[in-house]
Parts: sequence; structure tokens; C-alpha cells
Amino acid sequence: MSEVGITLDSLLGQLLLGLVNGSFYAMLSLGLAVIFGLLNIVNFAHGALYMMGAYFAWIGLTYFGIGYWWSLLIAPSFVAVFGMVIERSLLQWLYKLDHLYGLLLTFGVSLIIEGTYRYFFGVSGQPYPVPELLSGSTDLGFMSLPNYRGWVVIASLAVCLSTWFVIERTRLGAYLRAATENPQLTQAFGINVPLLVMLTYGFGAALAAFAGVLAAPVIQITPLMGNNLIVIVFAVVVIGGMGSILGAVATGLALGVIEGLTKVFYPEASSTVVFVIMALVLLVRPAGLFGREK
Amino acid sequence: MTFVRKHAVLLSLVVVLAIAPFLFYPVLVMKVLCFALFACAFNLLLGYTGLLSFGHAAYFGAGAYTTGYAMTAWATTPELGLLFGVVTAALLGAVFGGLAIRRQGIYFAMITLALAQMLYFFCLQAPFTGGEDGLQGVPRGKLFGLIDLGNDDVMYVFVSLVFLGGFWLIDRIIRSPFGQVLKSIRENEDRALSLGYDVDRYKLVAFVLSSALAGLAGATKTLTFGFATLTDVFWGTSGEVVLMTLVGGVGTVLGPVIGAVVIIVLQNELADKVGSWVLVILGAIFVVNVLLFRKGIVGEITARFNRT
Repeated sequence: MSEVGITLDSLLGQLLLGLVNGSFYAMLSLGLAVIFGLLNIVNFAHGALYMMGAYFAWIGLTYFGIGYWWSLLIAPSFVAVFGMVIERSLLQWLYKLDHLYGLLLTFGVSLIIEGTYRYFFGVSGQPYPVPELLSGSTDLGFMSLPNYRGWVVIASLAVCLSTWFVIERTRLGAYLRAATENPQLTQAFGINVPLLVMLTYGFGAALAAFAGVLAAPVIQITPLMGNNLIVIVFAVVVIGGMGSILGAVATGLALGVIEGLTKVFYPEASSTVVFVIMALVLLVRPAGLFGREK
Repeated sequence: MTFVRKHAVLLSLVVVLAIAPFLFYPVLVMKVLCFALFACAFNLLLGYTGLLSFGHAAYFGAGAYTTGYAMTAWATTPELGLLFGVVTAALLGAVFGGLAIRRQGIYFAMITLALAQMLYFFCLQAPFTGGEDGLQGVPRGKLFGLIDLGNDDVMYVFVSLVFLGGFWLIDRIIRSPFGQVLKSIRENEDRALSLGYDVDRYKLVAFVLSSALAGLAGATKTLTFGFATLTDVFWGTSGEVVLMTLVGGVGTVLGPVIGAVVIIVLQNELADKVGSWVLVILGAIFVVNVLLFRKGIVGEITARFNRT
């Protein structure tokens, strides 16, 4: 194989890297799908919230000595509160309007967040160390697995599956699904739908921030990281459709892997392959792989 | 007199354009004109067909890059350069639009955004687009091989004519029977369909027209400033054109022009003074606009005028 320049090692390495990226796609598109399901808003600010998570980790470590593990807990909580404030102060006025206004408003919010962070932190990337517990790598025999990357995949899968479990298998999830289906009727049954909506947006924001903290050690933290990622996640969402939680997760992971493989076989196309796949899916199955039109 | 009344808006624009260079820096006015045309083209889709394209920078940028390339590599005359830009943008619009109209509403916006980002990465990597630097030092050339556009005054007249031509064309499209069908699609797509109109074909034609005009705006921008850069195809530019249209008034003839004036002048005034806060201010305008001011400047004024 070496004459074509592809070794098994680099193939597996890229595959893992793709899986890591796919985990981020999965977590972000999951959050988008949950928010869209209940709020009917495509949350453009999702990327900015993800970026806020990463910055929280970095600020916490740099200025307050808060370690990675605490950040993993604190950053999502802070961003969740921030998200709920946004929902109560801005988004709640839009639910009766065309969906497009939600996209436009959250786009504005993402600009405000990005601009503020650019003002305070500039555009150059900040490094974040891999936590000690997860530094180094494990020799699997056929390849060496950097521990941290393995952790990212496992942690994000765990979060995605718990989200699925909560929504599909618990009482709270049943309320949520009922409110998605018919908010008026759910309200009539005595369930506080506006509260549910606020918590849902907060949860989606927390999910984005969690992904941001997870990403901090494997990427350069910049104010631009969120909005650059969100466009790709939109493509992922178009491919998968926003109707199914597991569909969103599976699509995210699969596209990450495909992107990783493209880096090995045809690196020039690696940044566009997701968009090309989106175009193909639109030609073959316009409603998306797991989609149902809302 | 009927001629004057029918073309009142256009004629007043001619008057404004004739006075403007004596009051403002002509290059700034030219920039405003390019973006005003861009916003008008965008408004043809959002305001009159009800389609939110969140990736309109793709067609603006396609026009900008193609014209830049034609002028530099093939040393064409500016009118041919513009033609290349417009045709490329229209073709791109046909392909991207054809894909995007397969979905409605919010998905349409996401698809157009994603496709535009694909073009962004293409322009970043392609061997002939100059990568991070873009195309620099594009000559203005001689119009029809005769009129030297190197002179800023001549260029001003030329850009004004291009803008007025584009504006007139859009106005003409909106008032035509074709434009009426577009509006009916905006109001109620299912009903238009049930009346026997091939909705998808109307949408596609509107999309191609809009991208061609956006391409013309981008191409003219390249000629004016002599460069085409990644900013032209960046999603931020797509967002700006949405904002201009929103601020001025979606679905009004003059709104996008007013919006372009407001946003460009604001950026121009603030860029040196407040740095990154420009982004915050633009974002805040977006938020305020969506929450309190959805009709935009022209829309609010018209509404108030009609009430009294």
C-alpha cells in the first residue's frame, strides 16, 4: 500500500480523527434537532454557544485555575443559563412568526457573541492542554490510540444516547414529545409548556457548550470556530433531517468518518465532501435520510 | 407626465446619483451602489418570491471572481468581463437553486448557506483564485476598447448606469405578469400550484435571475476596487445582504437600496473606531430589526403613510 502513499496507520488515524469530528457534528446536530423540534427555530447561535463552551474552559484554566473536569460541568451550566436568558428575552416573541425570523434573530445573536469574543480575545487560536488523566496513548497492537480522542468519542456517544433515552423513555421526555406534537393541548393538560421550552433551549445550549469543552484540547480555540462549524452542521442536518434523534447522531458520526476517509484518499476535497454529499442526498432523497417534512 | 409618475423612483434615483459624488466620496458611493444592487437582487427572492437564500454571497462572489479572472488572465474588455461574471453566477444559481428548491422554508435557507460555503472552500483551494489573497490588481480596462474606466469620474458614471439598469430590470420583473406569479407563490405556494402554475420552475427562474444580478453586482465591485477576495464569498457577506434588505424593508422596491446605504455607511464610519464591535452592532441591528421593526425603514414609512 505504501506506493500509493496510504499506510494502515494513517488510514486508522484519520478514521479516528473523523470519528472525533463526527462526535462534534452529532452532538451539535442533536442539539439543533431538539431545539427545532420544540421551538421551531433553527438555532444559528448554536456554533457560538459551542465556542462559548470552549472559551469557558480556557478562561477557567487560564485565569481561575479551574481544571478540565470541572469545566466539563461548569461551562455547560453557565451556557445553559445564558441560553435560557436568550430564550426568555428574545426568542419567546418569535414562536408565532415565520420560522425564518428565528434563523435571522439567532444569526444576529451569533454575530453579537462572536464580535464580543473577538474584541476581548482577538482571532488568534488559543491552545488548551489535554487533561493529565487522558494524556498519552494506548497501544492497540494495530495502531496507537491517543487516549483523549477515544474519550471524546465515548463521552459524546454517552451524552447522545442519554439524551435519546431521556426523550424517548422517560416521563419528562414524554412531556417534551407531547409539547412538540401539540403545544396547546399539552398546556391544557396542565404542563408548563413555556418552562419546558426554556429548559429545552437551555439543554440544547448546554449540549453545545459540552461539545465545546470536549473540543478545546483537540482544536485551536478562536471566536470563529463556532460559526465556521455551524455551516457544516447545517449540511449534516439537511442530510439527516431533523425528525429523528438517533438519525441525527448516526448522520453526524458517519459524515465525520467520511470526511476523515476523504482526507486520506483525496485531501483536496475533505473540506467540501459534506456539502457534496448533501447535494447528492437532495437529488436522491430530498426529505433527508431520516427526515419527515414538518 | 405618466412616464414621470411610472418611473418616479427610478428618476429620483437618477437625480440622487447625479448629486451624490459632490457630497460624498465617489468611491464610497460606488461601493454602496454595488451592494445596493446586490441587495435588490436578493430582495427579488426574499421579498417577492418568499425564498430566504442565506448563501447569496456565492453568486456575488462568483461574479466577482470570474470577472476578476477574465480581466486579468484573458485581458478582456470590461463589458465582456462583466458578461462572464454574470453568466457564471447565473449558471451557478441554476445548479445551486435547482438543488435548494427541492426543500422548503428553513431547509432552503440552510441548503443555500451550505452550498455557498462549498464555493468558499473551492475559492480557497482552487489554483486560479489566489487562495487567501484572492485576485488582486484587476485592471478596469477600456469599455468597448474605447472609454478608459481608470478615471474615477468615468467609472462613477459607469457604475451608476449598471446599477440603474439592474434596478430598472428588477422593477420591471416585479411588475410583469411573471412577477405577479412570484408574489402569489410567496403568499400561498399551494394555491399557486393548484391554479396550475409550475411553482418549481418559477422559483428556479427567479433564483437564476437573482443570482445573475447578484453576480453583476459582484462583478461591478471587482471592477471598481480591482480585487476579488474570499470576503466576497464568505457567509458573513450573505448575512450582510440579508441585513441590508431587512433594515431597508423586505419586499419594497427601494428598501434594499436604503438598507445598503445604512449598513455600508455604518461599516465605513465605524470600522476604524470600534474594531470588532462592528460585528456586535450588526448583530444587534439584526436582533432589533427582527423583534421590533420587521417591515424595515421603507416598510414602516409606507405603512404610516397609508394609515393617515
